Amino acid sequence: MNSIKGQYAIVGVGESDVGKRGSRPGVTVMDLDLEAGVRAIRDSGLRKEDIDGVIARGPQSNYSAVLAGCLGLPPRHYICDVGLSGSASATMILNAVAALHAGFCTSVLCMNGSVGGDEGGGGGEGVRGGWVHDLSQPFGQLGAPTGYSLLARRHMHEYGTTSEQFGAIAVACRKHASLNSNASYRTPITLEDHQNSRMIADPFRLLDCCPSTVAAGAVIITSAERARDLPNKPVYLLGLGHCNTHSDGQYAPNMTTVAMRDASQRAYEMAGLGPKDVDFANLYDCFTYAALVTLEDYGFCKKGEGGAFVENGRIELGGELPLNTGGGLLSQGHASGFLHITESATQLRGAAGERQVADAKIGIVSGQCGTLGINACLLLGNEPG
Amino acid sequence: MAQASSRPVPVPSPRTQPFWDGCARDELLLQRCKSCHIYWHPPSPLCPNCLSNDYEWTPASGRGTVYTFSVVHHAFGHAWEPLVPYVLAVIELAEGPRMLSNVVDVPPDAVRIGMDVAVIFQPVSETISLPLFRPVAS
Repeated sequence: MNSIKGQYAIVGVGESDVGKRGSRPGVTVMDLDLEAGVRAIRDSGLRKEDIDGVIARGPQSNYSAVLAGCLGLPPRHYICDVGLSGSASATMILNAVAALHAGFCTSVLCMNGSVGGDEGGGGGEGVRGGWVHDLSQPFGQLGAPTGYSLLARRHMHEYGTTSEQFGAIAVACRKHASLNSNASYRTPITLEDHQNSRMIADPFRLLDCCPSTVAAGAVIITSAERARDLPNKPVYLLGLGHCNTHSDGQYAPNMTTVAMRDASQRAYEMAGLGPKDVDFANLYDCFTYAALVTLEDYGFCKKGEGGAFVENGRIELGGELPLNTGGGLLSQGHASGFLHITESATQLRGAAGERQVADAKIGIVSGQCGTLGINACLLLGNEPG
Repeated sequence: MAQASSRPVPVPSPRTQPFWDGCARDELLLQRCKSCHIYWHPPSPLCPNCLSNDYEWTPASGRGTVYTFSVVHHAFGHAWEPLVPYVLAVIELAEGPRMLSNVVDVPPDAVRIGMDVAVIFQPVSETISLPLFRPVAS
C-alpha cells in the first residue's frame, strides 16, 4: 500500500471570476492566476508567509518564480513550472504531493489559467501541431477540434457511439453550469440545440467543443496534519495516477483506449478504491468525446458502452454519477482543467450550494492533453481514508 | 475541392526535409531501420524499436486504408474558406505506420473507415507537393 494516501489535503480553494472570451478586456493569464491564487490563500487561513511552494504553468519561462515574486512570498520557496497543456492542472497536484512528500516544501500553491483566444483553443498550446507542425497543418489539422474528432470518429466506428450521445454530455454540463454563478455559459441547452448546432469537424458540432473562456483556478496543498488546524474541512488526496500513451492523437497506437485507463488504475490502487466508490466525476471535457472515453477508461462502464452510459440523465445532478458538476470546460471555463479541481474540492466541502451532490464523499478528476495521450487522475475524499 | 493556390504551404524542418523532397519527386518516403527493418512515421532521429540511428529513407507503396477521418466544415483561418468541407484522415499505410493526410476525389459523405486508398501528389509550390490519398479498388 502506498503511504501517500490521505497524507496530504487541499486546504485553500480559489477561482478567478470566469467569463467568456473577451469579457475582461486586457486581462492576462498572470492577472487571472494571481486573482485565483490570492483567493486560495485567503480561503485557506494560512498566512502567505506559510506558503513555501509554487507550481504554475505560464506564458514564459520561470513563471512560477514570477508569481511567487508578485505574491511577495518569503524568498525561500520551492517552485516548478509544469509544461503540459490540458493535463497541467491535475499534474500540478501530483507534483505538489511529490514535493511535499520529498520534504522540498510544506505548503504549495498551484495555479493555472487561460484567457482564451490567441494562445490556441483556449489552452495556450503554442504552435499548433508542435513537432509535426508541417505534417499536420498543411492537411488542415488546425484547431484542437480536428485532432480530437479523428479519435471520436474511430470510437463511433468501433462501438456505434452516436452524436446524440456526445450531446448528452454537453446538455449535462450546461445544466450544471446553470446552477453555478461562476460559469461562462449558463443558459440551459437541449439535445435538439446540440443537434442543430453547426458542424465544426464532423462528428463534432459547435456544442461538442468547449468555448474559449477567461478563467483560472488555484488550490493550496499541505499535510493532513497541518490541515487539521486550519478553518476549512480538508479535502484529502487519496489516489494519484499519471500515464502517457502518445503525444499526438493521429499517431496514437490505440485511439479508443487511451492514457486514462492506466492513470486511473494507478490512482484507484493507491486509494484502495474503485469506480463504484466514486460519488461524482469532474473529467476533462475539451470535447464531449474526451469525457465519454474517460468515463469508460476510468471504469464507470465497459469499453464501448460510454455512449449508453451518458444517456437518460445518469450523468446529471441527481443521477448515478454527476459529471462535471460545475459545468466543466464545456460550460464553466477552460483554465486548462483547473476548475475541475476547485469544483471537486467545493463539492467535498459540501459548499456547492444548489448544485451540491448529495452526501458527496469521493470525487474523481481527470486532467488530459495530447489528444487523449496524457492523463493525470486524482481521487479526492472528505475523509483521509 | 482543394484549390492549390490558396492552400497553406508546409515549411519543412531539417528532420522532415527528406520526406518533402520525396514528395516533390512523387515518392512517398518512410524511414526504415537498417538494423531491425521496421518503418516509422512521423520522421524522428531514431528507430523507435531498437534505437538505432542507422536508417534509410525508403519508398513506400503509397497504398493504405482509411483508419479514421473527420469532415472539417469550419475554416480555421481564411486560407481554408475555399477548401471546406474537406476530409482530414489518418491513413494506415501498407507498411504499417499511420500518416495524416486528406482523402480527395470523393464526396466527403462517401468516405468510410477501412476504405482502400492510394497516394497522389498535389503540387502547392515550386518545391512542395502534398501527399494526398484517393480511393482505389481493393
